[in-house]
Amino acid sequence: MVSAEKEDIKKRLEEYHKKNVSYIIILLIIWFIVSLGGILVVKGLNELTFLGFPFGYYLGAQLSIIVFIIEIFVYAKLMDNLDKKYGFYED
Amino acid sequence: MSNQVIGYIVVFGVFVGFMYIAYSTRAKRADDFYVAGRRIKPFWNGMAVAADWMSAASFISMAGAIAALGYDGLAYIMGWTGGYVVLALVLAPYLRKFGKYTAPDFIGDRYESQTARAIAIICAVVISFTYCVAQVAGAGIIMGRLMGLPMKLAIAIGIVIVVASTVMGGMKSITWTQCAQYIVLIIGYLIPVTALCIKMYGHPLPQLAYGDLLQKIVAKERELNITPIYIEPFTKMTMADMWVLTLVLMIGTAGLPHIMMRFFTTPSVRDARYSAGWALIFIGALYITAPAYAAFQKYVVLHEVVGKPIAQLPEWVAAWGKVGLLKIKDAVELGGNGDGILQFKELDLHRDIVVLSMPEIAQLPYIVSALVAAGGLSAAISTADGLLMVIAAAISHDLYYKMINPNASEATRVYLGKSLIGVFAIIAGIVAAGNIGFIVQIVAWAFSLAAASFFPAIVMGVFDKRTNVYGAAIGMIGGLLITLFYILGVKFGWPFKITPIAGIKDQGAGLFGMAFNFLSCIIISRLTPPPSEKIMDLVDHLRYPKKLTDAHD
Repeated sequence: MVSAEKEDIKKRLEEYHKKNVSYIIILLIIWFIVSLGGILVVKGLNELTFLGFPFGYYLGAQLSIIVFIIEIFVYAKLMDNLDKKYGFYED
Repeated sequence: MSNQVIGYIVVFGVFVGFMYIAYSTRAKRADDFYVAGRRIKPFWNGMAVAADWMSAASFISMAGAIAALGYDGLAYIMGWTGGYVVLALVLAPYLRKFGKYTAPDFIGDRYESQTARAIAIICAVVISFTYCVAQVAGAGIIMGRLMGLPMKLAIAIGIVIVVASTVMGGMKSITWTQCAQYIVLIIGYLIPVTALCIKMYGHPLPQLAYGDLLQKIVAKERELNITPIYIEPFTKMTMADMWVLTLVLMIGTAGLPHIMMRFFTTPSVRDARYSAGWALIFIGALYITAPAYAAFQKYVVLHEVVGKPIAQLPEWVAAWGKVGLLKIKDAVELGGNGDGILQFKELDLHRDIVVLSMPEIAQLPYIVSALVAAGGLSAAISTADGLLMVIAAAISHDLYYKMINPNASEATRVYLGKSLIGVFAIIAGIVAAGNIGFIVQIVAWAFSLAAASFFPAIVMGVFDKRTNVYGAAIGMIGGLLITLFYILGVKFGWPFKITPIAGIKDQGAGLFGMAFNFLSCIIISRLTPPPSEKIMDLVDHLRYPKKLTDAHD
């Protein structure tokens, strides 16, 4: 492979990786808030009622899992788009 | 037809089905054996991951743990599902891009070190073997309790099924039997509680109905002066303990070798990302239901058992009392008040009873109990399969082929792998038939050990180019030792006594080892020479999905 082409790939890869890492950080912040964050404030959240549940309990028992599932698919979709944009998409 | 005969027919029929699937997907080539030919699509890989993941404990004990621990027990729910986010974001795509066979493979290649590879092999084998013994024991307990088989015979049957579905096709046949096992286990898990929900609420969604039950449980507990109240947080663990346990279970889940290994089987990096999502949907179906199980059981116990004259208790109470999963301690010599009426304090429930007794509580025909037995067995066996595969791969591929005899032919490696599965299955059976109390304890530590060893070394291997073999090897060894000493010191006061820090008990020990491991990767790596140019290129190569050069492919 010629070196100019290699340089180009390196540059694209760096940008791509930076974007990837920023997606990961944002999604991990959400992941943290709904699970580990929820534990810290559960007593306050339990004052609220949601679908008949104390909200703090509901968050730990159900909502956190639903958010986790959505997050993984959102990440996969975001990365599909990023792969296409930077020419790393595979069929 | 007697109940026992129905039970045998259902369980036997299900297992003949598994064996048929294993037989029709047998494998001869190394890549079929280790990574199912890398042809498993995300939906099916997700389903196989779910079966691989959900063990005997998830199936029979977790709901009971939540019933006993209340809110604090949700650490298991969040921990064992949240780990998949971590896996999907920072591990699975890169392991797939790496494209070899095992986690020790990754560590050995990324750090260009046979020492690092050897450490990883030892971690993988120790974690997987103890976990496997617990599965085999779990299979024995389920068959023993629900079908009345003697424990040793039940274990022997379990071993035969595990070996049969693993030996013929390695990862390829495991994948398809695991998919079938998932379907059996989820049906077995959902039917009893769904049936009870239909009876009580007229709709089939116990997962939504139990909010109302929680309110009724709390009202009843207040009326009977029972403390602590079921949904009250931090009554069984401190906040710090629960928080750390949740975190360690998450990271440990992402770092368990039998789960990582499944992500080598997808056709592409994209498929690895989606696989994790499907896996969590399939896993979530059980995990979202477990707290509902706990609430339905708690409600029934508080309303139909507690406060009733002992002579008039429901039939299932006596039946499970005989098996020893439930004890009534009303008599004065057992610590009760001897008034012939069952007080809450006088009732001693084993964790496993929550799931196992549900078919009888819901007054379902015996065939449902047989389905629960088949489901629990599937959960135990599918997990044992995946674990034996890790052990076989670590020894036949990483130790033998990569370290001892690089000239070994494909046929030899596959043959060795198959033999190892048989050997380790039998050893696991012998250990499981002995005293398993200690083994069950070790399983709870497996997550700490995985979080403190594999996870940091792999994640830093991808996201920090500067991490080198010194940082990673010292990190893994130090992480493991710190975790082990914390566990031993807190639990047994040996070799020296450790007072729990902030109430963090032995199960959360991985936090300290993990922190050390990450720091070692960052700091010690920067005090020692950087990795070679070749490794820098390898890390670049891991970071994008497409094959652009043929340098590593």
